[in-house]
Amino acid sequence: MTDKDTDFAIEGHGDISVGVQGAGASGDGSASATRITPGNALRPEDIALEVRRGQVKPSEDVAEFALRIGDDGLILAQRLGHWISRAPELEEDIALGNIALDQLGHARSFLTYAGAAWDKSEDDLAYFRREHEFRSAHLFEQPNGDFAVTIARQFIVSYYQYELYTALTASKDATLAAISAKAVKEVDYHRDHSAQWVLRLAGGTDESRARIIQGFKLVWPYVDELFEDDELTTRLAEAGVAVQPSSLRAGFDRLTGEIMAEAELDIPAVPQALGGGRRGKHSEFLGYIIAEMQVLAREHPGASW
Amino acid sequence: MSPHGNPEEPASSASEIKREAPKVAATTPAEQQHHEAPWSLWEVFVRSSRGLSHVHAGSLHAPDAAMALRNARDLYTRRNEGVSIWVVPAEAISSSDPDSKGAFFESPQGKDYRHATYYTKSEGVKHL
Repeated sequence: MTDKDTDFAIEGHGDISVGVQGAGASGDGSASATRITPGNALRPEDIALEVRRGQVKPSEDVAEFALRIGDDGLILAQRLGHWISRAPELEEDIALGNIALDQLGHARSFLTYAGAAWDKSEDDLAYFRREHEFRSAHLFEQPNGDFAVTIARQFIVSYYQYELYTALTASKDATLAAISAKAVKEVDYHRDHSAQWVLRLAGGTDESRARIIQGFKLVWPYVDELFEDDELTTRLAEAGVAVQPSSLRAGFDRLTGEIMAEAELDIPAVPQALGGGRRGKHSEFLGYIIAEMQVLAREHPGASW
Repeated sequence: MSPHGNPEEPASSASEIKREAPKVAATTPAEQQHHEAPWSLWEVFVRSSRGLSHVHAGSLHAPDAAMALRNARDLYTRRNEGVSIWVVPAEAISSSDPDSKGAFFESPQGKDYRHATYYTKSEGVKHL
């Protein structure tokens, strides 16, 4: 997330050809199984470019909304990144790292877009805001716990984000729709990943089953906050830019319910937490996360590597 | 129904992945001990684009086939390398004996009549 990164995208798509030439879709017999091409998807750099050219500028409401979902992804990416080198198996280490990077990618896109309303870069927003200026929901800042807690959190997050991004692909705001269209495919895989692990932990040993039950008990209090409507979402829903979070609940309940039933797990009967993340009221955990996330950028402002 | 539980899932992403993961059955204490054993080894074959063959990309550990496919996706297609993945239990692969290289592989050497080197290329024929 440096200036250097964004500058190479000045010409837009198609410039970062790091791949082996000539091994494309032509069915070339010398094509390799490890061919590397960057692909052609929407990148945060493309959004930054559109912002610089003045082609897109979100309204205050849209920017505030993008900030919320961007912060969700940013904080979760920071949390998941902590698993790198600590997961139970090397393969799972990389899987969680990939998911963290997907989340960070979504966050970069949403924050880049949000920042356009206030002349701020993604880095300004990520590294130079204070705790009460973050708009992420409480679920995303919950501690990793053991692997089962992380999977329980990931299960709720990915099914919520899938419903959200699916709905946002129909947004009247073209940039929100485009970021969501890219994100929904990645989140679909996150759903699958967490569902597979919920089934395996629940159906594995007594120990793994006890842990996933405990994991869900710890994170389930933060579900309701994800589906709370407020004035901002009401205005955006009326404008066709976003949807009311409450409208996503039925799909979430149905799909998570199917997996929970298959895993023979009950939805935990736990009271719901107060929430408030969308208004900048956070639990005690967020401060530590952003301290760790921001320290380098604040100690060395403008540093790049 | 898929374990994913979504009949309306988009035709995107992991649609090539077989989702019918066999659910792990409830285990006896004896089997639990078995669970502590390391995950088994799988060989991964990746097809980089339509019309090409699957090529061996490497190996990985996974508890079962469904997870092996997902791990392969995460490990070997991170840089857009593939459109299809096969995973095979490493123990299911029979390989030639490295000590029999002479008997197995030296016979074709020097038999250049087995190569199409004695034909003259016809004029105007493309793609030869």
